[in-house]
Amino acid sequence: MNPALNAAVNAGMAPVATPWFFYVLAGLAVASGVAVITRRNAVHSALALIVTLLSVAGLYLMLYAPFVAGVQIIVYAGGIMVLFLFVIMLVNIDRASKDRQFNRIWPVGLAAACALMALFAFAIVKGKALFPDRGLSLPESSNTQQIASMLYGEAGRMGQYTFAFEIASLLLLVAILGAVIMTKKKI
Amino acid sequence: MPDFITSYLGSKVTPGEAGNQFWALVYVFIIFAGVALTVMWLLNWIERKALAHFQVRLGPMRVGPHGLLQPFADALKLILKEDIIPTEADQFVFWVAPLIGLLASFTVYTVIPFGPSQAVSDMNIGILFMLGVSSLGVLGIVVAGWASNSHYPLIGALRSSAQMVSYEVAMGLAVVSAILMTSMNASGTGTLSMLGIVRAQQQQGIWFIFKFFPLGLIAFAIFAIAMVAETNRTPFDLAEAESELTAGYHTEYSGLRWSLFMLAEYAAMIAVSSIAVALWLGGWMHPFPNLLSSPTWEFIFSLFPGLTFVGVAAIAFIGAARMPSQSFFRIQRIGLAVFAALLGFIALVLLVIAVAGRSGDTSLAARFREGIDYVYWFLLKVAVFIYLFIWYRATWPRYRFDQLMRIGWKVMLPISLGVLMLTAIVGVIVS
Repeated sequence: MNPALNAAVNAGMAPVATPWFFYVLAGLAVASGVAVITRRNAVHSALALIVTLLSVAGLYLMLYAPFVAGVQIIVYAGGIMVLFLFVIMLVNIDRASKDRQFNRIWPVGLAAACALMALFAFAIVKGKALFPDRGLSLPESSNTQQIASMLYGEAGRMGQYTFAFEIASLLLLVAILGAVIMTKKKI
Repeated sequence: MPDFITSYLGSKVTPGEAGNQFWALVYVFIIFAGVALTVMWLLNWIERKALAHFQVRLGPMRVGPHGLLQPFADALKLILKEDIIPTEADQFVFWVAPLIGLLASFTVYTVIPFGPSQAVSDMNIGILFMLGVSSLGVLGIVVAGWASNSHYPLIGALRSSAQMVSYEVAMGLAVVSAILMTSMNASGTGTLSMLGIVRAQQQQGIWFIFKFFPLGLIAFAIFAIAMVAETNRTPFDLAEAESELTAGYHTEYSGLRWSLFMLAEYAAMIAVSSIAVALWLGGWMHPFPNLLSSPTWEFIFSLFPGLTFVGVAAIAFIGAARMPSQSFFRIQRIGLAVFAALLGFIALVLLVIAVAGRSGDTSLAARFREGIDYVYWFLLKVAVFIYLFIWYRATWPRYRFDQLMRIGWKVMLPISLGVLMLTAIVGVIVS
């Protein structure tokens, strides 16, 4: 049993039917993930992708990471997928679904998928040596706070990931500027 | 089993925190049934009546005294209507779209803090959860517009998604500035939990709307505007602008499915109003909790729920007395009198609880009095917002789409960003 779960159990927050929830959520994520790539209709794919994202958010909740789950719902399921649907709806789906699919590069995709799978398998087999044994030792109630102090640091001290976080936000800013410049001919 | 049920009654935390699934389920049922009934009956009736009176009409008068039973007649009509799915529509998506909206707007109610223990659960990420899940509601609208395979719904859905995505930004920034204010305590740690936010206002002895005047007020105003846009209500109801788009995204929907959309919209109205109340208006606290907290004042405030019902019962009695004396109105007069008597009885029960629970903190009556008090003040504040929604609808003309976008991106977003920065600066200086 991992320490995070122990701490949670000690705090009187024993999770309910954990394996059952995990298998339902994981099964849902995989099934809808398959649906994303097998549906010909782009809107159906997008809806399946939303289900995948939501069930992954549920898995985050089970890992005592409510903040990540909440952000997953807001950013991906609520924000990005709405934009996806917005764009898809403007495309003529009837014609698009009859078009020849440009998936002739499937060997590359297969290789990439196999590489990713190998990576996951490696992480599962060798994971114990690679990752720290303990997860977040704090129960759910202070998880958000923990993330904040890692990103921004405690009073007067820089956090562990402050620099990386700021660099990532700069990258996003560049991406936004790039998108604006590419779409607007005259600024 | 009885122990299992009664064990929770003495507890002062939410069922979620106590880990009591039975009471969590009971709370969920009470809240969902209450919301559904309020929306279907009370809100529907009040909106139609208020709009009618704003326009110097009478509104529904025929079904039941003063049209009180009109919503039930409408609901019956909607249930019995033929359920049409257009042949060219995407069957499955058309079927699932109203359910997405309904699920999103009702799931939010699990974290609404009606009182310190009168909530289903106190999530650590309460406000994030509320914003996230209520933003999923737009998916239902977008998907409904697309699945109808028709022009007006598609345009309505596009407008709605563009509008909701843009106003969410300003809304989120306004919420962040309120969350910043929760960290103005000794430890310097804020909270995202809905109960925690209200408790922070209690500890600091001030509603966040008055905090760092006028910063809290501006943030609140931005949220109050954005929440009207988020729920697709007038003056931001371009998604269902009837003069241009027939009925917008739900043009092709009929019968029960259409009513599910309406239910979702009104439930979302109550939900966003609850966010505003919890974040800026002190949630379940009665007015001036820091000044008027002596037992006498507590007692006076605890009489309010009963007195409200006395007032409503009196209005109903006057209505019954003023009913025209023709025999045609006899049944209506009797019905209204019975309704008034029922309201009077509720008032009596509430007053008895208020008086019986006056002393002591341990008795069941005291606990009930406290609970009724919290829920009453919370709902009263929410009711003000709901009335404002109706008032806006009667007063303001609809925006044009470019005006809407301009206000969202060029006015509200910079203001909310500025307020956020100023709140942070003032917070650092003060602490």
